[in-house]
Amino acid sequence: MWNDFTQQFWASTVDGLTNGSIYALIALGYTLVYGVLRLINFAHSEIFMLGTFAALGALNLFGISSPQTGLALVGTLLLMLVVAMVASGGSAVLLERIAYRPLRKRGASRLAALISAIGASFFLQELLAIWLGRDQIRIPRVMNKDTLFNIGSGQVRNDKVLVVVAAVVMMLLLERFVSTSRLGRGIRATAQDPDTAVLMGVNIDRVVMVTFLLGGILAGVAAALYGLFFELTQYNVGFLLGIKAFTAAVLGGIGNIRGALIGGLVLGLIESYGASIFGTQWLDVVAFSVLVLVLMFRPTGILGEQLQRARA
Amino acid sequence: MSALTGMRSRVRFPDFIGILGAWWDRRRWYGRWTVYLLTIIGAFLLPAPAIGSFMTPEADWPSVLFYPIGIYVLLAIGLNVVVGQAGLLDLGYVAFFAIGAYTLAVFTTKHGWNFWAVLPAGIIICAAAGLILGTPTLRLRGDYLAIVTLGFGEIIRITANNLDYTGGPRGISPIPHPPSDRSFEIFGVTPLRYGVIDAKPYYYLLLVIIIVVIIIVKRLEKSRVGRSWSAIREDEDAAELMGVPTFRFKIGAFIIGAAIGGSAGVVFASQTTSITPVNFPFILSALILCAVVLGGSGNLLGVILGAFLIAWLPERFRGFEEYRVLTFGAALVIMMIIRPEGLLPSRQRRAELAEGTGGMGALGGEAGPVADQRVEADDDLVSGHLPEVLAGRDDREGGA
Repeated sequence: MWNDFTQQFWASTVDGLTNGSIYALIALGYTLVYGVLRLINFAHSEIFMLGTFAALGALNLFGISSPQTGLALVGTLLLMLVVAMVASGGSAVLLERIAYRPLRKRGASRLAALISAIGASFFLQELLAIWLGRDQIRIPRVMNKDTLFNIGSGQVRNDKVLVVVAAVVMMLLLERFVSTSRLGRGIRATAQDPDTAVLMGVNIDRVVMVTFLLGGILAGVAAALYGLFFELTQYNVGFLLGIKAFTAAVLGGIGNIRGALIGGLVLGLIESYGASIFGTQWLDVVAFSVLVLVLMFRPTGILGEQLQRARA
Repeated sequence: MSALTGMRSRVRFPDFIGILGAWWDRRRWYGRWTVYLLTIIGAFLLPAPAIGSFMTPEADWPSVLFYPIGIYVLLAIGLNVVVGQAGLLDLGYVAFFAIGAYTLAVFTTKHGWNFWAVLPAGIIICAAAGLILGTPTLRLRGDYLAIVTLGFGEIIRITANNLDYTGGPRGISPIPHPPSDRSFEIFGVTPLRYGVIDAKPYYYLLLVIIIVVIIIVKRLEKSRVGRSWSAIREDEDAAELMGVPTFRFKIGAFIIGAAIGGSAGVVFASQTTSITPVNFPFILSALILCAVVLGGSGNLLGVILGAFLIAWLPERFRGFEEYRVLTFGAALVIMMIIRPEGLLPSRQRRAELAEGTGGMGALGGEAGPVADQRVEADDDLVSGHLPEVLAGRDDREGGA
């Protein structure tokens, strides 16, 4: 048990960081929407799922089914990213229009919005299941996975590096956007106090739309990277991943952009270490137990709530 | 969608629920008791084949009436205490259902206990589980509670899946039926003959439990406890300031909800005779929550109706197996858009919704008519500069 842990320590670290980066990218979407609307966007996992299918569709459309090199590889990766981002971002905006905005206008409770989100989640999952079947679908390998170097037992592969770097870069870009741009200021203002924000001339509808768009785009990036790394997808691929990502967001302090990244990485690492100590079948139990423990001692997550700190 | 909501304000449907409510308010105690008795008699006559041939032509009606309908109703009543009355969002309610079911399975198969002995034991164990889960987590607020309960539900399911003691993924079977009494017969049915063939005795057993639970829950709702719960639901800080020991009452709601969920689990396991972790997925928690909100969170009658619909509709439309969940998902969204307060909202909830804040706090952004009247100010988000109040916070926020 303990020997496994020490032997696999570096391997677990590398895997944990990779998984954690994907959690973090999805968690950013939860955190943004939660920060602005105080809504658990339950259908966010399906936004991610749509992204993986879009990336797969783009590869099929261009007939790419073998590993690429050089410029062709860069082009392929960009294609997957862009298509997944457009699909996820677009569907997130559409989702907000159809499933949340009417409720917001009627002043419905957050519970009603949550049920609407669950309904939308069922709908999207089943739509894909009926359309493309319920089996796992393979995504072709588009890049050769070479080991760059080893740290102890951990193999640092090029695709893993790509995933981690992409997550960090996206987080930095998002943070830059939210802290410096006009729209970002609108997002922060709405998160702090929507009523005052309206009085100050913030167009809340647009802020909410942009929030969903950003979350969707990040989910799209996560989807393309997921496709690259795991090379498969399924109609319910988002379910457990979504729960984990939300856990990561809460762990880091929901509404907090850096918190989502840290929460994702911490969750990924803990899971991976936990799995090497207790065996893989206990992976999810370890993840959720840690969540409960962290919240007991730091009820607002590791970094605390920030986007909406002004709201009780 | 704005066209849809706009139309609603022009075309006014007669307020049947309001009329019915007013009629109900005028009844004296004997009038009300007549209605109660008729309802109970009606519930006992429900398994009749004539009703079944219409309700579920493709399945055994008494079985469907027991599970999913009866079990969903009992679970929804239990969850309504937690969500509808105390306003605590629990996304892992299925955990208590699972604990109840596994308690029965373990105690009857491994320790040779009798069903009637396990029933109270299961309820007590679930209440204890509620206490253990609630003590650390109920200090958290709203959505943190939701994710922690969700995690707890998953922990219970995965643990049952991994432990050899609970049979791992294959679960536990066969679980013995409750002791039967074949000789007791009334109107041609044997309500105490618990076996594989006939689901009716289980339905009657469940019905008795549901009636007892409804009486308890209803009495609680009208008591000091119930008033404390609604105070906590509406504004926890205000309730605390008014001297309501909020933590104790929240734990209480959690424990009562857990105990009700546990009783459902015990009865469920004794009828199905075989349980596996697959019986207790997260989706079940979500479905029960949907039943509560769809029916009208906080109103017992609405919650029962919601649970009935959620359980019955998929059974009725088995021919459309393929599109069942798809339609269900779309229906949930549409229902929430058209009637966010649920089918039969409690009158208090309706009043709150009319005021613009629905129970557990409205969504961010403006509520009500303000949204439509707002002037489309300008192309930029913020006209001019942010006031110093907001601008000043930028420094402290550290860029997030």
